[in-house]
Amino acid sequence: MAQKGIREYDAKRMMVKALPEYSDGAFSLEAKQVIIGPETDLEKLVKENPWLKTEKLVAKPDQLFGKRGKNNLLYVNKSWNEVKKWINERMNKEVTIKQTTGETTGMLTNFLVEQFVPHDDEYYLAITTHRDKDTIHFSTKGGVDIEEVWDTVVTLDIPILSTIDDVNIEGFLPDELGDKKKKVADFITALYKMIVDYHIVYLELNPFTFVDNTIVPLDTVAKVDDYALYQCAEKWGDLKFPSPFGLLKTPEEEHISKLDERTGASLKLTVLNPKGRIWNLVAGGGASVIYADTVADLGFSGELANYGEYSGNPTTELTYEYTKTVLDLMTREKDSKGKPKFLIVGGGIANFTDVAKTFTGIIQAIEEYADKLKKTNVKIYVRRGGPNYKEGLQNMKNMGKKIGLPIEVYGPETHMTRIVSMALKGKEVN
Amino acid sequence: MEDYELFDENTKAFIYGTQQRAAQRMLDFDFMSQRDEPSVAGFITPAGGGYYQLFWGTKEIRLPRYTSVEEAVKAHPEADVMVNFASERSSAESTMDALEADSIRTVIMIAEGVPQRDVRKIAKIAKEKNKWIIGPATVGGIKPGAFKIGNAAGTMQNIKDTKLYRRGSVGFVSVSGGLSNEGYNIVARNTDGIYEGYAVGGDVYPASTLIDHLLRFEKNPNIKMMVSLGEVGGKDEYEIVEAIKAGKITKPLVMWVTGTCAEMLPGGVQFGHAGAKADSKADTAKAKNNALKEVGVVVPESFDDYGEKIKETFQKLKKEGKIEPIDEPTPPHIPMDYKQAVAENLVRKPTNFISTICDETGEVHNYCGEPIDEVIKKGYGLGGVIGLLWFKKDIPQYARDFIELVLQIVADHGPAVSGAHNTIVTARAGKSLIESIISGIVTIGPRFGGAVNGAAKHFTWGLENDMEPREFVSAMKKKNVRIQGIGHRIHSVDNPDVRVELMIGFARKHFPKTPLLDFALSVQGITTMKKNTLILNVDGCIGVLFVDMLKNLGYTDDKIKEMVDMGFFNAFFIIGRTIGFMGHYFDQKRLQAGLYRHPWDDILYDVPDKPEKVK
Repeated sequence: MAQKGIREYDAKRMMVKALPEYSDGAFSLEAKQVIIGPETDLEKLVKENPWLKTEKLVAKPDQLFGKRGKNNLLYVNKSWNEVKKWINERMNKEVTIKQTTGETTGMLTNFLVEQFVPHDDEYYLAITTHRDKDTIHFSTKGGVDIEEVWDTVVTLDIPILSTIDDVNIEGFLPDELGDKKKKVADFITALYKMIVDYHIVYLELNPFTFVDNTIVPLDTVAKVDDYALYQCAEKWGDLKFPSPFGLLKTPEEEHISKLDERTGASLKLTVLNPKGRIWNLVAGGGASVIYADTVADLGFSGELANYGEYSGNPTTELTYEYTKTVLDLMTREKDSKGKPKFLIVGGGIANFTDVAKTFTGIIQAIEEYADKLKKTNVKIYVRRGGPNYKEGLQNMKNMGKKIGLPIEVYGPETHMTRIVSMALKGKEVN
Repeated sequence: MEDYELFDENTKAFIYGTQQRAAQRMLDFDFMSQRDEPSVAGFITPAGGGYYQLFWGTKEIRLPRYTSVEEAVKAHPEADVMVNFASERSSAESTMDALEADSIRTVIMIAEGVPQRDVRKIAKIAKEKNKWIIGPATVGGIKPGAFKIGNAAGTMQNIKDTKLYRRGSVGFVSVSGGLSNEGYNIVARNTDGIYEGYAVGGDVYPASTLIDHLLRFEKNPNIKMMVSLGEVGGKDEYEIVEAIKAGKITKPLVMWVTGTCAEMLPGGVQFGHAGAKADSKADTAKAKNNALKEVGVVVPESFDDYGEKIKETFQKLKKEGKIEPIDEPTPPHIPMDYKQAVAENLVRKPTNFISTICDETGEVHNYCGEPIDEVIKKGYGLGGVIGLLWFKKDIPQYARDFIELVLQIVADHGPAVSGAHNTIVTARAGKSLIESIISGIVTIGPRFGGAVNGAAKHFTWGLENDMEPREFVSAMKKKNVRIQGIGHRIHSVDNPDVRVELMIGFARKHFPKTPLLDFALSVQGITTMKKNTLILNVDGCIGVLFVDMLKNLGYTDDKIKEMVDMGFFNAFFIIGRTIGFMGHYFDQKRLQAGLYRHPWDDILYDVPDKPEKVK
């Protein structure tokens, strides 16, 4: 959705392709890099890239996280055999990464291997995008945690409606670059033209260096605007958007995301705490966030079991499948302290989704799980509005009576999240 | 209209796209709001001009379609709004066209997925031109009693329930379009109602932001208080904080930023909206809510108190005498759309058509209840499909095979027969496939190919009445009726027709019993005594074997007679022979055969010297 991180390998691949084009051939990068996943045929890889055996190499995970050096995941100036062994020891292993935002645990599955480039100078370059402008950040003190030397970074804004050719790049670069100034300016110009045409929303080279008067990016981070896929399919080439590092899906989450991919409707499920007592089954992206918020804001974040939504008018079959998955998770065991569990069938006032229709699948699933719901002491709260909501709510009430399950049902006259405070705090209807 | 207003009760808009239903909802809202005229001036539909028919109350009206923005603005210089339903691929381009048109001041971009860079440019250009963009990725918004954007505010019932047909005192703006109905509902239940309400859209860079609209609300003396709903991600809410600090916003503002739960979710969880992701501490909902609270915005403890805070704030204004009472209008009744009424089980009507052989309204089309994918998987074959659609039965394999056998046998019989001849002549006259084969098919009847039905009829009559073969032949002779299906030009008892032999062999082997064939063959025994070529011919054989097949399938004699009368048996000849007709058509086209003209020497011209005069 919109801004998506891409692999370093892909960012460099794009630069190899684009830089000669946007610099009239003044810059070209050597494409001496490969990506290695769990399934990669290494024999074949070496045959296709004979330089792997002759050059000194760098290896590092390529999975959308930084600070690889600090986390001992950077393997520099090694032979192919050494790199193979190093990767083999780490492939499909779980690691915990320390970053400025905290720790993340995930599986290592993708490694970038590239030619090792001996170098002296390390420069920092980033291009960020904002509402009215793009900003170029540059420093001659690259290769480190840039926040630590932020006062050495110079910035230049390019207003959204102007072009880079109208801007004096050389003028903003620090004088200590000396005779390299023009070259760096030309490089930045070409790179900027690329990020505009390639709909890249964030690009960071930290560092890049000069080797024999040629610019070489060493470490690269990039994000693209995936809305631009239809414009950039050829430019991007075979570009996949990897999941953020550390997002290991449970089988149930995997099941729902497969259902989600299958249709135009939207189905999302993230299990936060399988032992939680509060399970949300909420229609609509905006409303689903608010229901989860409210559970947390009322002081019950420890009890919140999941985040999820269904929207975009899913079929009865899909809502049935979705509900079943949630009910299965929530009825696996009783609460350890014997407290009741709550199923929050929530939602705002739908624009055009037929409420009665979408409830059909939910009702089917609840009826199927009636015994298990009773055994695990589940109480159901419903709140929804929109087309045909009265019929939908009546069907819910009837279902509760039929299977003998406690259920409370409300429409638009009751505040959207009131069922949450009623369930958790025994608050009154109004 | 003041510059802080986007719409009034005279606003006219174009709909870019083919969204007739959205336009109808706008017109229904207009009618309910008792506008003098519809708010839609016309449609911009690049694929074609003409008109769309819509309802104004119960009256049907026409609205023009234009093929470009340029053409539309020329015809309606009074329209200053474009509701742009173009897809994410063409939304930016059509919005740019509208920005270039002097008379258009506001564009609403509905599409979700417009590239950010395109939107950023559009937003900037719009600001420079002093124009407004709402969206992208939004349902739009509403100005009660005046103008409704597309599908905003949902059903007419919802509009009625939340009194959106008349203005209140509250300006509402949210990020999410999906929550705007809920927002209108909350405001309606806790205040005197909405004055204006918009959703700016969930993108990273909505072209107009919360603050843009709040500043408009601030300037508008009719708006007494403001309500807003923000979202985790981005920094747009801080602009509100700055504006309040700078004294640019002074009216009471009740606001809540959703997504406080984001911090407890694992790293990369992205909510439904593109913009709803915190990249830094300042982007979090909690940080934003705190910053807003610090500058005096009324921020509830949680969304659960949102309504109560709105109520309190409104009551305070009321006590201060700042709210003027509203003269409640009675909105006129809007007829419900027939489809909606059906969905709600409010109406019924008798159907004009019945289908008992197939149904295409489900997820998979079916033939007589058998889904098409099952038809293929179970290997029904052409014969099986004919069984399903003609007989409405899942017929046994021998019957399917027999039907296919017949179709193969009758598929063609050379270019000289009347049907093929007609097809060829028509093809050579330069006519199309369909015209050519129709001219061939129309010759099928009692004389050409029709003997199948006739034979079935005649022999059945004989067998039914327990006639001896000899008795049958003489009875037919007495009636002066030629027995259909008997006799061939070349073939005879000594030189049998292999096609007939094939069919008889098949039937003997696979049909449980063949009473009519047995009868027909004994009749042939009588007729061939008279003349060697008076044998059961192909048509006759097909006719009697179909009767036998039906008997084996359990059809009663009455049912079979009914089918014969319907021309059921000819149907096999028609469908089979059409294959041959088409072959002849393609053959002639490939040969590039020229117009056929029948030679004079093949026509006897026997015309009188002059016509007979009649008095």
